[in-house]
Amino acid sequence: MFYAILRRFGQMLFVMFGISVIVFLIFFATPGADPAARIAGRNASPEVLAAVRHSFGFDQPLYVQYTRMMEKIFVTGDLTSFVNRGWKVVPAVMDSIPVTLSLVFGAAILWVVVSIIIGIVAAATRDSWLDKLLMALGLLGISMPVYWLGEVMNLMTQSRYHDSWAFSWVPPLGYKNFSDDPKGWFLTLVIPWITLAILYIGIYGRVLRAAIIESMQEDYIRTARAKGLSETRILFRHALRTSLIAFVTLFGLDFGALVGGSALLTEVVFGLHGIGKLTYDALQNLDLPMIMATVMYASMFVVIANAVVDFVYILLDPRLSAS
Amino acid sequence: MILSVRDLKVSFRTHDGPVRAIDGVSFDLKESEILGVVGESGSGKTVSLLAVMGLITDPNATIEGSIRYKGRELVGLPPRELRRLRGNEIAMIFQDPMTALTPVYTIGWQIAEQIRAHRGLSKSKAMERVEQLLAEVNFPNPHEAMSRYPHQLSGGMRQRAVIAMALSCDPALLVADEPTTALDVTVQAGILDLVRKLRAKHKSAVVFITHDMGVVSELADRVMVMYAGRVVERGTRTELFSDPRHPYTRALLGSIPPLTGQKPRRLPAIPGSPPSLLRLPQGCAFGPRCPARYEPCETGKPGLGASAHAAACFRVAQA
Repeated sequence: MFYAILRRFGQMLFVMFGISVIVFLIFFATPGADPAARIAGRNASPEVLAAVRHSFGFDQPLYVQYTRMMEKIFVTGDLTSFVNRGWKVVPAVMDSIPVTLSLVFGAAILWVVVSIIIGIVAAATRDSWLDKLLMALGLLGISMPVYWLGEVMNLMTQSRYHDSWAFSWVPPLGYKNFSDDPKGWFLTLVIPWITLAILYIGIYGRVLRAAIIESMQEDYIRTARAKGLSETRILFRHALRTSLIAFVTLFGLDFGALVGGSALLTEVVFGLHGIGKLTYDALQNLDLPMIMATVMYASMFVVIANAVVDFVYILLDPRLSAS
Repeated sequence: MILSVRDLKVSFRTHDGPVRAIDGVSFDLKESEILGVVGESGSGKTVSLLAVMGLITDPNATIEGSIRYKGRELVGLPPRELRRLRGNEIAMIFQDPMTALTPVYTIGWQIAEQIRAHRGLSKSKAMERVEQLLAEVNFPNPHEAMSRYPHQLSGGMRQRAVIAMALSCDPALLVADEPTTALDVTVQAGILDLVRKLRAKHKSAVVFITHDMGVVSELADRVMVMYAGRVVERGTRTELFSDPRHPYTRALLGSIPPLTGQKPRRLPAIPGSPPSLLRLPQGCAFGPRCPARYEPCETGKPGLGASAHAAACFRVAQA
C-alpha cells in the first residue's frame, strides 16, 4: 500500500514535470512566440527589444530559463510578473486558491448529493412520468450555458427581485473570507454554487440513471432477487455500488478541471477572483510567470483528483485492487 | 406434493406481436424428488421455472395458470409474500457462476445477506452458518473462503458458493438452471455429486434444467422434455431412456454418441432448427422436423394425455 502511494506520487511528479516543460516550450520556443516582443509592445525599436530581452533573461539558453522559473516557483517562491513587475506571482495564486476551492467544493457537494438522489429516483421509477420529468429537467440543466444562467441568477437575485422576500438575503457580488465572516462567505456563495452545480446535476443524474438501469440487467441482480431481498435493498446494495464507478470517473475529471480553473465563467459572472479569473487575465497579457504558476497549480489538482479517483475505485470495486 | 404446476402459460408482448413462450405446462414434484427438465435453448425451460420463482420482472409478460407450492397458489401472490418464500423455501441456482454473484462483496457477505434476510440471526451467527455451508459444499478452507471476492475464485468454486447460498435457508425446493453448463466436465461431475448428496441431506426437491441428456440420466428421478414452450414427453428416467415415445425425445437420445459397440461415422442430428415462437407451425410444433410426420400433424396440436409416462404425439396416441 505504501509502495503504491509512493509510486503514484512519483507518477504525479512526472506528469507535472511534463506539463511544465510543454507549457514553457509553447510560450518560449514556438516560432513567432517571442515573449520579449509581446512585453515591449507593438512598435518597439530593436534596442528596446534587446534591453527587454536582457532584462527578463530571455537571452539565456532555454534550459536555464526553465530551471530558473521552476526554482522561483517552487523553491524561493519569488517569481514576479512580466507584465506587472514586482507583483509576486506565487502569493497571487495562493490568494485565489481559497476562492476557487470554496466555489468548486460547495458546488461539488451540491451536485453529487442532488444528482445521486435524482439518478436513483429516476432509475427506480424508470419510464414513469417522474423519471421523464427528471430527465427532461436534467437536459434543461445541461443545455443552459453557465454564463447565461449566472447572469439570469444575478438579474433575479441582485436587481429585479432583490427586494422581494425570496432574495433579500443575497449579499452583493464578490468573495468574503471564511475566516473573517463565515456567514457572509456562505451567503455570497449560495447562488454561485447553485449556478455551477446545475449543469453537473443534469449530467451526473443522467449518467447515474443509465448506469443503474444497466446494472439492474445483470445476472447478479437476478440472483439477489432469487435470494428474496427487497427491491430497495437490491437497488442500494447491489445495483448502486457498481453503478458509481462511471460516476466517480466523471467526477474526478470534472472536479480536477474545475479546481484547475475551468470555473472561470462562474467566477467572472459572480465577481469571484479565483484561479480561473487569474489564468484568464494572465493569458490576456501573456504574463508567462503567472500562466506557468496557474498551470502548475491546475495540473497538480487534476493529477491529485485522478489519484483520489483511482483510490475510490478500489474501495468501490475490489476486482481493481488485484491489478 | 411440494410443487404442482397446472396449465402454466407465459406470454410476452413484443414489437412483432405477442409471443407465447410457455403454452400449457403442467407438472408435479414430490418431496426430495429430482425432476430433470430437458430441451433446446428457447424451449421454455428457464422461463417456466422463472415463473415459478416469480422472477419474471418484464412488465410485458403475462402469466396464467396455477402454480401451487405446498398447496399455496403463487400466481398473483403479492411480491412481499413471494419474497418471503424466495431464497427461503424456494431457492435457485443459475447457469453462469461467473456473473451470478455481485462482484463487489465477499461470498461470505453475500451468503450471510440471504440468511439474515430470512432468519433473524446476528451477524456472527450468520457467519458461523456460512462457514458450515461452505464446508458442506466442499470448500477446502471455508473460513478463508468467506472473505474471498467472486473474482478470486474459479468457476467451480463460485458455483459451489452459489449452491451454498441457495441451501442456506434449507429450501424445500431447489431450482437449478443449467448449473453445470458453464463448467469443465470434471467440475461438472463434482457439482452433480454435490446436488445428489445435498438432496439426501436437506430433503429438498430439485428441478434440474439442462440440455444435457447425460446429466439427466445420471441425476433425475423423473424427466420432462420440452419443445417450443410445451411439454412433449414426461416419464420416469427409466421409462424415458428405455422407451422414448416422442420422436423428439428419440432424436435427442439418438444424438448421444454410444459408449459401446461400433461408433457411427456421423451422429444423427435433428434436421432444421427450433421454430420461432412468433411463427409457430399450424399443427405440431415439431412437425416440420419430425421424421414420423403424417397428416394429423399438419392441423392439430397433439395433447400430452394424463398417464404418468406420456408423449404429446398423434403417433403415440394412435398406438
